[in-house]
Amino acid sequence: MSNRQINRQVPIVMSIIIALMLAIAPMPDWAIAFRPDWVTLTLIYWAMSMPRYYSVGSAWIVGVILDVAQGTLLGQHALALTLIIYISVKFHLQMRQFPLLQMTTTVFAMLALYQFILFWINGVAGITSPAIMYWGPVLTGTLLWPPLSLLLTNVRHRARR
Amino acid sequence: MAAAQSDKQYRSPYSPALGLRFLLLAGLSIALLVIDYRDNHLDAARKAIGAAVYPLRVVVDAPVSTWQWIRESTATRNDLQLENSRLHAERLLTQARLQRFASLEAENARLRALLEARERVRERVRVGEILSVSANPFRHLLVVDKGTNDGVYDGQAIIDAAGVIGQVIEADVLSSQCLLISDPGHDLPVEVNRNGLRTIARGTGEYDRLDLPFLPNNADIEPGDLLVTSGLGGAFPAGYPVAVVQNVTRVPQEPFASVSARPVAALNQVREVMLIWPVEEAGETEADGAGDAGGPASDDMEPAAPDENAPGADNDE
Repeated sequence: MSNRQINRQVPIVMSIIIALMLAIAPMPDWAIAFRPDWVTLTLIYWAMSMPRYYSVGSAWIVGVILDVAQGTLLGQHALALTLIIYISVKFHLQMRQFPLLQMTTTVFAMLALYQFILFWINGVAGITSPAIMYWGPVLTGTLLWPPLSLLLTNVRHRARR
Repeated sequence: MAAAQSDKQYRSPYSPALGLRFLLLAGLSIALLVIDYRDNHLDAARKAIGAAVYPLRVVVDAPVSTWQWIRESTATRNDLQLENSRLHAERLLTQARLQRFASLEAENARLRALLEARERVRERVRVGEILSVSANPFRHLLVVDKGTNDGVYDGQAIIDAAGVIGQVIEADVLSSQCLLISDPGHDLPVEVNRNGLRTIARGTGEYDRLDLPFLPNNADIEPGDLLVTSGLGGAFPAGYPVAVVQNVTRVPQEPFASVSARPVAALNQVREVMLIWPVEEAGETEADGAGDAGGPASDDMEPAAPDENAPGADNDE
């Protein structure tokens, strides 16, 4: 990887770090159930558009960091993120062609799957919480996808120059 | 899209074997999960990564702490004085509470010692604390912090100070899942304490109602009757209070009366429950065998059962 290529990655890594920060930012209690999955959305975008650089490996590392940051079982977010990013990379050529509405629907499905895995692992570990805790992030995340993907496209085009 | 193709040496995102990498990482995650869940060997790794995350936390917290710093440094003298007096008052109150806390603590220790001592009296009883309750409204489950390590077994009876709560359906190593008697899938063999009439109490999905669906219209049952466990199912020891009959509706055309009862245990309010082990001492050959004559067998337990208001009176003779 040449120096130039590394420089290109800086904004992308920054966007992932900012997503991590948003994921652990303090929020009022009522809003916590609706905190969107910033990290998942960002990683889906980069896995889709640059699958050679951002694939299951980086997803796993970010997932472990997220586990530690949020105090969940180690491996929980890592597993969920790895699966989602695997799907994103596997179908990145198709998903790039999707019109916005279809892409948003796909993101909705992926977020739901992501939350389901978290829910499932929690269930196996005997941690139960109300279902709204799992649906809130899916809804807000889906709504957030169109503006976020626009913003990240902007970042990508700037980085390309 | 365009970028991927225009690169000189095109490296497929699928290589090296995307599926294989995914499976490896997924397996690694599951291994981590299992190790982390079983015991805390991963604390060191957690701490190391936590240290790496710490700068992020600081940055995230910066706007909030800056705002607080600005507010504190611009607070007026008046505000500070008000806050000071408020804190003084609060401190006095907390100290007063703390005094009572000491005596409460002693009392609590004494009560716990009492409960532990009951082990030797009749049936062995241990206190378990509830870890969680099910989020599903259609399933009345709770998780207790005692597992097979403590000798808990599937089908074990769970009571609280007032009466029967449910039974263990899945005993894990450190915790166990219990099905409440109010779960729609739970049937409990009971008898009317007044006359020994045997029947089945079925959960309804409501915490404050059980149904008695198999009583004929001419059955001798009245509102206010206390239902106690009959011990016939084998899971529950006989003589523990279950519910008080609330409604008896006899419709002449129907073969069965519709009877509902209210559980005496506070099913949705309990914090601590008691697990019961049947007595297995050699000296006492008691009615523990399968399918014994249920009615008369409960003679030694019967007298203590009715007073559901006296916690602990039900099995120390």
